[in-house]
Amino acid sequence: MSAYKIIDHEYDVVVLGAGGSGLRAAVGLSEAGLKTACVSKVFPTRSHTSAAQGGISAALGNMGEDDWRWHMYDTVKGADWLGDQDSIEYLCKEAPAAVLELEKYGVPFSRTEEGKIYQRPFGGMTKNYGNETVQRTCAAADRTGHAILHTLYGQALKHNTEFFIEYFALDLIMKDGACKGIIAWNLNDGTIHRFRSHTTIIATGGYGKVYYSATSAHTCTGDGNAMALRAGLPLQDMEFVQFHPTGIYGHGTLISEGVRGEGGYLVNSKGERFMERYAPKAKDLASRDVVSRSIAIEINEGRGIGKEQDHVHLHIDHLDPKVIDERLPGISEASKLFANVDVTKEPIPVVPTVHYNMGGIPTNYKAEVLTLNGSEKTVPGLMAIGEAACVSVHGANRLGSNSLIDLVVFGRAAAKRAAELVKPGMKHDEIDTNETDRCLDRFDKLRNSKGSNPTSELRLSMQKTMQSKCAVFRTEKTLKEGVDEIRKPYDGMDSLSVKDKSLIFNTDLVETLEFDNLIRQAITTMDSAYHRKESRGAHAREDFPKRDDENYMQHTLSWCNGSKTKINYRPVHRSTLTNDVQYFPPQERVY
Amino acid sequence: MVQLNLPANSKVEIGQYYKDKTGSKNIRKINIYRWDPSKNENPRLDTYEVDMDNCSSKVLDVLNKIKNEIDPSIAYRRSCAHGVCGSCAMNMNGKNGLACTKSHSELDGDIDIYPLPHLKVLKDLIGDLSTLYKQYESVEPWLKTSKVNDKENIQSKNDRAKLDGLYECIMCACCSTSCPSYWWNGEKYLGPAVLLQAYRWIIDSRDEDRKERLKKVADELKLYRCHTILNCTNACPKGLNPAKAIAEIKKMLATA
Repeated sequence: MSAYKIIDHEYDVVVLGAGGSGLRAAVGLSEAGLKTACVSKVFPTRSHTSAAQGGISAALGNMGEDDWRWHMYDTVKGADWLGDQDSIEYLCKEAPAAVLELEKYGVPFSRTEEGKIYQRPFGGMTKNYGNETVQRTCAAADRTGHAILHTLYGQALKHNTEFFIEYFALDLIMKDGACKGIIAWNLNDGTIHRFRSHTTIIATGGYGKVYYSATSAHTCTGDGNAMALRAGLPLQDMEFVQFHPTGIYGHGTLISEGVRGEGGYLVNSKGERFMERYAPKAKDLASRDVVSRSIAIEINEGRGIGKEQDHVHLHIDHLDPKVIDERLPGISEASKLFANVDVTKEPIPVVPTVHYNMGGIPTNYKAEVLTLNGSEKTVPGLMAIGEAACVSVHGANRLGSNSLIDLVVFGRAAAKRAAELVKPGMKHDEIDTNETDRCLDRFDKLRNSKGSNPTSELRLSMQKTMQSKCAVFRTEKTLKEGVDEIRKPYDGMDSLSVKDKSLIFNTDLVETLEFDNLIRQAITTMDSAYHRKESRGAHAREDFPKRDDENYMQHTLSWCNGSKTKINYRPVHRSTLTNDVQYFPPQERVY
Repeated sequence: MVQLNLPANSKVEIGQYYKDKTGSKNIRKINIYRWDPSKNENPRLDTYEVDMDNCSSKVLDVLNKIKNEIDPSIAYRRSCAHGVCGSCAMNMNGKNGLACTKSHSELDGDIDIYPLPHLKVLKDLIGDLSTLYKQYESVEPWLKTSKVNDKENIQSKNDRAKLDGLYECIMCACCSTSCPSYWWNGEKYLGPAVLLQAYRWIIDSRDEDRKERLKKVADELKLYRCHTILNCTNACPKGLNPAKAIAEIKKMLATA
């Protein structure tokens, strides 16, 4: 593919993605004196971390007694025992320092009367191993992600990180099972760039856009996950897709769990606070999978609200308007804009909406990417962090506010590990052009597609299939249909139509490349779900309603070549990292 | 009277007309600025007839509908779709705003969609914001503190409240690109978006560099090109008040 102008770069480390985890990694790498490139398809502050609302969890104990071990227990339980407890220990133990560091960076956290970081209650966050609710989620009003993202971008500027903005990454460069860098397309001028690096850190976020209705941004297409699949690496636990209980009905905009943390509650068409029935202790602050399933059952049993009886109501009109104004201003704004609701007077219509991918690129707690060779093995030169990664700290279901802390703790861990492995200025291996050619062949083929299926139609068909066949509740029948149907849009790519052939800001081609990425993840998600014949966390099988620890306390690994997948499993880590805490053996999960 | 003319190659010509194919009775005409850097052609205004019976409420929904169903080649930035990422800032019926939060029902008549004014256009609705980003970098948007202990800075609720109305800025550039002063002196005048950010760090009680920060912006061009026209405040889709932030900086300098 000599037709494309290729520009070469050499860096010690390349970070792919400039959201919370990518930026935190970039800051650490630059601090360590490593020559770091941060490559992103959007300007950093446009990343989807900006949409995180409620807060970031850490057992600071600013609002009463707290302990990172309690946080760890809650996370293990929230994960329905699919999380790796060594990683979860690392997350919860490191969390307080990571939040204090953010404060030092300048994050404008809300404050307590004493001027400390304000913490609010959140779903599944408890005191003393599952007893009463604890206030652990550190908040900057209801714009915590926005505040963190902008602050981290400032830090990256302070440390002179080199940014490559509006560069769309195409593929990893692999040699003998190790990652040697990436190839990217500069949307600004249409050139192709080859970044060689000793370590590549994938921080490309989730792939919510495989679904029709999601709180995710248009850009949440899991590009890094798909790059891993194309490099012959597996994705892990892809069947675990979190439905947030409260997306605005009809539009999908997120309404933070912080709303229920501040005292908001859900009601059905009979005016009942139905969560009292499903989670007598935690009620509206049970974990997200539990609340989403409860709403789905209320709707399925005819107690939904509206003409179609297909949503429920979230009330905060009983709260003091001053509290709403100080702690939930963004929610008031979004409710007005997208539901035409004045939250001080009326309830918000909400429905469970796709929100987060627990699954992703398997890694250990040092952020090194894993593949299967016997039990497990690291992939040299490759790391993954943030929503793109599956560490796995969230297991089968992530607790609210554990995502932002995941970003900064593992962003930092990746930088630390890379600084151990890479010394500034190390010499780069020679690489042949095979990988570049293969990557540009795919690019060129997609760009010159002259078939009859527009990308938007194939994408819609994929999204509708995922929405109807791989939803909150799943059965053998829906999943079997899904496994067949999800391959149709993939096959549709044989006759793809791309109208724009140019190279500068060709968003027709960008969306096509994104679709090519999405469909591979849709297929692995559907197939992984089909093969897991139990109910655990966010994966609820009506035909297998119980958790099956004997057969499925294992991570699903799925490889994908074209539309063919290969499924395998690896055991969940059943030990902690240190003796500071004991392993939490599986228990029945009740809220 | 001085006659002002656009250079010949920047005159916007009448473009293609995409007639409705759905047979809808509820049609709206959407005029969109198009320019392709790879072709040696003038910019043009393409017109799309859109079936509004099957279109969601925001201008971004209209654009997505056109891109998905009529013309996939049209280029614009978009991401979060609910007003927090700042990607889809553009000019709609003469006013800057976010396409994802602007309801098309609030706009009268045909809808004219242009890129943000006075930016170099990269393609269609995509403007070049690199100057603004460099200016943002120049105000050193990070906390300067000598405290290195492992405790948080203590900040009173009152001091924290001073950041409200500032930290929420999403850097969409609606304000700066609505400001005539920024149009004329965009290379040197920092403009409302960046000055709002400068003030966000100046007023942060945790920051130890207030004097230096003030000194840095106290410049005839960087700061004092603001002539309180207030287009910025009028344009902000987040309801922030950059003009007030600029006035506060001027006041601090005047009373220092």
